Amino acid sequence: MSQANIMDNEVDIVIGALHSDLTIFMNEWRPVFSRFHLIIVKDPDLTGEIQIPEGFNVDVYTRSDIDRVVGSSTSILFSGYSCRYFGYLMSQKKYVISIDDDCIPAKDNEGSLVDIVVQHITNLTTPATPFFFNTLYDPYRKGADFVRGYPFSLREGVTCALSCGLWLNLADYDAPTQALKPELRNSRYVDAVLTVPVRAMLPLSGINIAFDRELVGPALIPALKLAGEGKFRWETMEDIWSGMCVKVISDHMGLGVKSGLPYVWRNERGNAIESLKKEWEGVKLMEEVVPFFQAVRLPQSAVTAEDCVVELAKIVKEQLGQSYPMFVRAAEAMVEWIKVWKAVRSG
Amino acid sequence: MVGTSVAPTPLLKDELDIVIPTIRNLDFLEMWRPFFQPYHLIIVQDGDPSRVIKVPEGFDYELYNRNDINRILGPKASCISFKDSACRCFGYMVSKKKYIYTIDDDCFVAKDPSGKDINALEQHIKNLLCPATPFFFNTLYDPYRDGADFVRGYPFSLREGAPTAVSHGLWLNIPDYDAPTQLVKPRERNTRYVDAVLTIPKGTLFPMCGMNLAFDRELIGPAMYFGLMGDGQPIGRYDDMWAGWCTKVICDHLGLGVKTGLPYIWHSKASNPFVNLKKEYKGIYWQEELIPFFQSATLPKDCTTVQNCYIELSKQVKAKLGKVDEYFIKLADAMVTWIEAWDELNSTSDIPKGPAK
Repeated sequence: MSQANIMDNEVDIVIGALHSDLTIFMNEWRPVFSRFHLIIVKDPDLTGEIQIPEGFNVDVYTRSDIDRVVGSSTSILFSGYSCRYFGYLMSQKKYVISIDDDCIPAKDNEGSLVDIVVQHITNLTTPATPFFFNTLYDPYRKGADFVRGYPFSLREGVTCALSCGLWLNLADYDAPTQALKPELRNSRYVDAVLTVPVRAMLPLSGINIAFDRELVGPALIPALKLAGEGKFRWETMEDIWSGMCVKVISDHMGLGVKSGLPYVWRNERGNAIESLKKEWEGVKLMEEVVPFFQAVRLPQSAVTAEDCVVELAKIVKEQLGQSYPMFVRAAEAMVEWIKVWKAVRSG
Repeated sequence: MVGTSVAPTPLLKDELDIVIPTIRNLDFLEMWRPFFQPYHLIIVQDGDPSRVIKVPEGFDYELYNRNDINRILGPKASCISFKDSACRCFGYMVSKKKYIYTIDDDCFVAKDPSGKDINALEQHIKNLLCPATPFFFNTLYDPYRDGADFVRGYPFSLREGAPTAVSHGLWLNIPDYDAPTQLVKPRERNTRYVDAVLTIPKGTLFPMCGMNLAFDRELIGPAMYFGLMGDGQPIGRYDDMWAGWCTKVICDHLGLGVKTGLPYIWHSKASNPFVNLKKEYKGIYWQEELIPFFQSATLPKDCTTVQNCYIELSKQVKAKLGKVDEYFIKLADAMVTWIEAWDELNSTSDIPKGPAK
């Protein structure tokens, strides 16, 4: 098996802690994570000390750190699942890998432990192919290539900015789906990585992602909070909104987004039916944003991810903000986020 | 634990034709017998029409050689390639069924990772009978597959999907590489079984391989013209590619879906890369013009049938690609001839056109 040539000092693992006791979680991930620097951000609403076992190179950030760095008025951006974005802000590494704290390593079809770091870094350090679909999936994987009919001028590919992994056992379904099919578990290990084509939209799941922070860090944005957002993935849309933004921005910047391997194993948490009972203004409103994101075009003058976010925020405010105050707040949060990002970089 | 009961896939034996181009023999059908025997076969015999192609016992079939093609189409037969498997599209034209499955005569039954024989036809039927999702990418691939669904964040308004027009299967063993790649990697074999079916997003082109392909003839048939290849033509091995690009542009325009992935077949024969290089040579250069053409092709709103879309596309081919090479002017004309022939053969009037048996 080929190992990606990972410089240990180029990777940060960022975990948003929604549970205070991370002992089991960290021990499960020890074989994969112990080489790397970890950033753990405690959900500001969580009470109790974070518990981490020995033997890790880790920095922990809590509410007081968040308040200190961004000011208490802005710290609202980082509550709940969005606390991980503070970790992205604090990271100084090129690559960030982030997973939810209720996941453990999965096993592949041969029974070997899936090293998500190796796979994510491989995805990020090999080209993506967004302009034409390769029917044998990732052409850069060992044993594969571009198929007959794939234009030669497109075979260099583009830099991959984002790697979206998947989940065995409890897949990332929404509450209605899980409530309707409580026994539904994902047992299908699909041995593929593929590039999501340019202009195709996808639901970005924050449960298992990795990205090139230097290229698109600013474009992963803690902007959209549902009114009834709680502490279960079924009740969040922050990553979905973030994902639409980062895909539009990646497409604009000529960067690629991959989806597929690696898998994590996701465990039971919460009750889908309970989550269903909450008011979901946001979920209904998401239906409005899909045509918006599919049609939005950023100006040529927006060259960096920061520029792109600022331009996108303007368009969000103008077009979506007209009808829905929630998007005015999201646009403002996007601008706030870029201010904070720039301030931290220069400070 | 509730057991999941999955409804069996309908056989569709009276609604599906299997179209097979051949120039050698049909020995490969023996291996497919358990899966293909219920179906009607349309054999398109390429090359020397005086040669007798033996069809294994027990199959229900019609066979067309070049003489039949000339007799049935008259002057319009000029649009059907000779000495190239592109001639298979004649089979699509004469079929009376809703669905077509086409397969090459060097493709055999593959095994899945558990060692079980793969019924490729059954999987294609599953793919065609359930919706595609071209408007938004589902990260768990086909949401209608047993054991899968739409993921969180997938717009609820898009979960009905779109009708599936094309099911593009893949190949284990000899992969479908172009000549340059074959020359560089003569020993590479595809051993990776990717257990997924997925919809190719709207607005995205792909290289469509005709080796293991199924489609809904009623939805998209007229777009499956495999072009002018082989004898007397400057190019080969771009027949399925051409059909695929036209088909995808039209499917995107009409709101139809194209799936790729399962099923796998076992591709046994590696064609000669030097012969392939000669055939593909012009295509490798022309492709660089063709792709931007197809990527930017738009069809007017009033093109609501496949035939109208295809004729419109042929006009654009003539206008924009005619400058690349006069081959494309010939091809644009052939595209029109194809539609005329299609409409003639598929009108409601009863024209006797049986093959010579």
